[in-house]
Amino acid sequence: MITMRQRFYEVAGDLLDSDARVAVVLAEIGAGELRPHPRLVNVGIREQLMVGVAAGLALEGLRPFVHSYATFLVERPFEQVKLDLVHQGVGAVLVSTGASYDGARSGRTHQAPADVALLQALPGWTIHVPGHPDEVERFVRRAAVGDDNVYVRLTEEANAVPVVDDGLVVVRSGRDGAALVVAVGPTLDPTLEATTDLDVSVAYLATVRPFDADGLRAALSGQDVVLVEPYLAGTSAAEIAVALAGRPHRLLPLGVANEELRRYGTGPEHRALHGLDAAGIRRSIAAFLADSPHPGWGTTPHPLPATISG
Amino acid sequence: MAMAPTLSYGDLPGLLTLLTGDEKHDRSSFSTLDVLWVLYDRVLRIDPSTPDEPGRDRFLLSKGHGPAAYYAVLAAKGFISVDALADFGNGVSVLGYHPDRLLVPGVEISSGSLGHGLPIAVGVTLALDAAGARGPRVICLVGDAELEEGSNFEAVQLAGRMHLGRLIVVVVDNDSSTYGWPGGVEKRFELEGWSGVRVDGRDHDALEAAFAAADGDRPHVVVAEVRP
Repeated sequence: MITMRQRFYEVAGDLLDSDARVAVVLAEIGAGELRPHPRLVNVGIREQLMVGVAAGLALEGLRPFVHSYATFLVERPFEQVKLDLVHQGVGAVLVSTGASYDGARSGRTHQAPADVALLQALPGWTIHVPGHPDEVERFVRRAAVGDDNVYVRLTEEANAVPVVDDGLVVVRSGRDGAALVVAVGPTLDPTLEATTDLDVSVAYLATVRPFDADGLRAALSGQDVVLVEPYLAGTSAAEIAVALAGRPHRLLPLGVANEELRRYGTGPEHRALHGLDAAGIRRSIAAFLADSPHPGWGTTPHPLPATISG
Repeated sequence: MAMAPTLSYGDLPGLLTLLTGDEKHDRSSFSTLDVLWVLYDRVLRIDPSTPDEPGRDRFLLSKGHGPAAYYAVLAAKGFISVDALADFGNGVSVLGYHPDRLLVPGVEISSGSLGHGLPIAVGVTLALDAAGARGPRVICLVGDAELEEGSNFEAVQLAGRMHLGRLIVVVVDNDSSTYGWPGGVEKRFELEGWSGVRVDGRDHDALEAAFAAADGDRPHVVVAEVRP
């Protein structure tokens, strides 16, 4: 299957050719994947400038797409995102790659589990967490015709099939009153595997801001909600609390632990370390439904490799 | 907002007396006064009645600290009402201690946090170049201490390498950079492929000539020396 990143490069190249409003701004990452174009700007390894340039392009009426690893697109130039885009009243489409732990072999420097939490702290953002390359194309093409600020979070993880509908989509129904498990983006497949023989409903969500509060209320017939996010655990917990403010409920937010694992390895290994593989999700949901306390983040045993120092 | 009639340079001190409350930025405000006047009086092609006209020069005040001089010049040139100056910084005013482009006619960028205007100016320049726009120049005002922000030099480097000839930066050098710029800050720009000139920042004819010295083939920096 083509990767999300490859699909983005295909679509971005097509948009540059077909839409005179579209521009692409890079800081080396992806520069070798796109053909030269008058509205393709590679600023070199200058990520603050990358966002500032995008703002300048937007001030002149262009629709800039800005692309890099999430660490260098959201975290490093965060003040530029806040002031050069949001405060100026202009919009850009930020398309990241790397996500929470795709770059696990590279260590913490290339991991950005807090990217969605950071952007959702700024007003007016639409945040897409696609779970399949087809969804990437849908969100990217939709963003091209807008003027607002949009974030599209790409990852090496992907579900086997795309979900074609927008909003919170129920993909498996439990009995009336069953717990609702909301799987965000690429967590859908492991969530479905984890809950195969559990009496729960499973819903899919790829657009997390604005949060589909109406969809959540409509899908929830009981009181228990499990939120499975591929980034910092609990990022959308407040959205769910607000959506269900008038209804008694319990929430189990699963996601990436807010801790320094200080581990290399592969993305799938890190997914398991954070309890986001099918086995981990199942363990957490089973304990939650059995009213057992969640062990809490930061307490999962992650044996560290021996240090090389004495 | 009712527009004021066009006023003269001699009216600026009177206008500045209306802008009270931001005295901590006095030094910053007064250092830019003559540069701003020369820009709006002699250099910039901007009509206050059509501040969004596509063919206008773009002026980006990156050093948003101490905008009293900026507001006084905008009022003198009819972009904003003189009556608005007295409300400077209060809860109903559009004139804050840092300018907001969505509130003030003729203000191209909201600024105040240092080191943002020049990178945005590079983007504006690239957009005008991509559109093949003839005429509009992009002029960005920064302070000598503001240049301590590393983001500026990301922009200085790229603008030089890309030969962004419609971009002009004016550095108001009032010697406020704690560690200074040995040899002159213009040398940092020239190293990256810019043309540069240093002038007396209170000499209007010299400033006008310094802006006119841009050759259009490479970015140009004017260092306006303003000693307290």
